[in-house]
Amino acid sequence: MAEAVPVLEIRDASITFGNFRAVKNVSTKVYENEIRFLIGPNGAGKTTLLDAICGKNRLSGGNIIYRSEGEEYDLQKIKENKIVNIGVGRKFQAPSVFTGLTIFENMELAVVRDRSVFASLKSKLRKQEIEDIKHQLQFVGLYEMRNEYPTVLSHGQKQWLEIAMLCVSKPKLMLLDEPVAGMGRRETQRTAELLKIIQNNCTIVVVEHDMQFVKEVATLVTVLHDGELLCEGTMDEVSGNQQVIDVYLGRGGE
Amino acid sequence: MDLKNLTVRGHRLTGKNILAMLIFLFLATAPIYMSSFRVNMLGKYMCFALVALGIDMIWGYTGILSLGHGVYFGLGAYCMAMHLKLEASNGELPDFMAWSAVEKLPAFWAPFHSSVFTICAVVLIPVIFAAIIGSLTFLNRIRGVFFCILSQALSYALATFMIGRQEYFGGSNGLTSFTTIFGFSVNSPTTKMVLFYFTLVFLIGAFALCTKIVNSRVGRVLIAVRDAENRVRFTGYSPAVYKVFVYCLSAALAGIAGALYVPQVGIISPTDINIAPSTEMVIWVAVGGKATLVGSILGALVVNFTKSIVSEQFPDIWQFFIGALFIAVILFFPGGLISIKDLPAKVIGIIRKKSSKADAADTAAVNADAREPKKDPKVSRTPVGKGGSV
Ligand SMILES: Nc1ncnc2c1ncn2[C@@H]1O[C@H](COP(=O)(O)OP(=O)(O)OP(=O)(O)O)[C@@H](O)[C@H]1O
Ligand SMILES: [Mg+2]
Repeated sequence: MAEAVPVLEIRDASITFGNFRAVKNVSTKVYENEIRFLIGPNGAGKTTLLDAICGKNRLSGGNIIYRSEGEEYDLQKIKENKIVNIGVGRKFQAPSVFTGLTIFENMELAVVRDRSVFASLKSKLRKQEIEDIKHQLQFVGLYEMRNEYPTVLSHGQKQWLEIAMLCVSKPKLMLLDEPVAGMGRRETQRTAELLKIIQNNCTIVVVEHDMQFVKEVATLVTVLHDGELLCEGTMDEVSGNQQVIDVYLGRGGE
Repeated sequence: MDLKNLTVRGHRLTGKNILAMLIFLFLATAPIYMSSFRVNMLGKYMCFALVALGIDMIWGYTGILSLGHGVYFGLGAYCMAMHLKLEASNGELPDFMAWSAVEKLPAFWAPFHSSVFTICAVVLIPVIFAAIIGSLTFLNRIRGVFFCILSQALSYALATFMIGRQEYFGGSNGLTSFTTIFGFSVNSPTTKMVLFYFTLVFLIGAFALCTKIVNSRVGRVLIAVRDAENRVRFTGYSPAVYKVFVYCLSAALAGIAGALYVPQVGIISPTDINIAPSTEMVIWVAVGGKATLVGSILGALVVNFTKSIVSEQFPDIWQFFIGALFIAVILFFPGGLISIKDLPAKVIGIIRKKSSKADAADTAAVNADAREPKKDPKVSRTPVGKGGSV
């Protein structure tokens, strides 16, 4: 039904830092329930592009349109925390969780809907929210540790906690920057499962270097190189593209 | 279901609550066994403790170091002092204005005739000022050292302004020579006692309020802002709004403290709100133990009490002594005085480690002896404790 309208539409986006053009005229459309991968060599501009979607940095040209529940938003004009509240969640490349709060409390901040000071003063967690947290933590295997501080977690577990925080906040569009970096094979496997579950009611854009992971979960893959969109297609199409092999895949995907 | 034990924060604070109870009990009973001179001193320190609570909220919990809370203390204090001055002047022009050849009471003084206005102003003026400063800085993402310097400059600016406005605020002499407060003589023992208990009630109330806030989700957001502000933003919260909120809260507490300070001490002058006292306020919190609430009260009381005792005994060197106390606490108890309770466990830990290290060294030596006769007995030395980030 809604298939025809993309959830995320990047139109001719450019991003510059001083004189350096990190992203050059990139356009793409991501549709509902898709898992889109952004791949490309280091410095290709993948993180920079995600940053622009979630409002962390601004475009120097073009625009980014996000659609949710019949509304259309120009993300350029919206503040970061508002962007989150209209359903765009972001996980950063370096895992970033709140070390002064327990794992459960980390989840608590993510699960609530009303994030105003007043609501934070007054409202307690609802039963459903507690259940959601429990379910989510159980899925990533952190439930038993819920009252510990994240300082005890491994790098991979911190990634999971952050992903779990994202999931529990039920975004419509999820932006993940290298979610499986630092994870072992089994953890990566589990993350792939998780993404496939989330996919049912969420659109996902993932930056990742782990090609096996990409093969497993990607709907479509967009290849960036030197800030430009090199090609776009299914993983098979992309990995057959000579240019992509030359600049990226041929180098072992790193 | 074990849903109950999911939310834990709050119960963990019982030890601290007991300490708070003991402190309040001590303060409440102090007039029974202390001279009125000492009790008056304690009243003053309770005002400081009130300021310290606010600083703990913004620095200890939220990680914003403000070296300018003298401003808010001063605003509250001056508001109250203006009212008291008008009461003391009996409808005439305040004495210092007459000396400065001012002929008519300045318009902004007039509302301070009203005690209701004064009581509101004591809270609202600091809060409004803090809201303006806070919005300008936090919304523009000024933080860390920049905010620190800015806040310090503010207290310097206000003090300088007050000094320069001899005709409106009494210049460097400040405002003094009060006679009555809301009609009661400021020097009567009863008034003093009432003020003392009034301050205590405010302190307890503020402690309860801050505890409630810290235990609510707001407290968790504040800690999160301290740890990873960006993550907070991308979790959908506006860190700036929370910062302005807690900044205003601390300004309100400082303002109330200033207003309670004036009638008990009898004077407010620009030296009380300048950079040095503003910095000292932060030291109280650091010495007591930040992000603990009760620690900041303890710190304010202990530092100021020590300061008075030492300055009475050794008027020449007390400042060095206070400096030494500060350094000693930071070096040996990075978590502040409140972390002394961890000391026994820490010592036991060190002893345990030492003995197990000795054991390990012994066995290592035995094993090593077999192979090579000479080996460094120093095995890995793991640091104990956590070393709080200042
Ligand atoms: N704030 C900034 N200021 C200046 N240059 C920047 C900034 N952020 C990124 N860049 C540059 O933009 C380019 C793209 O960086 P980006 O982080 O988007 O790469 P990436 O594709 O995510 O790479 P990686 O795979 O290593 O994460 C790089 O050359 C980087 O040096
Ligand atoms: Mg990157």
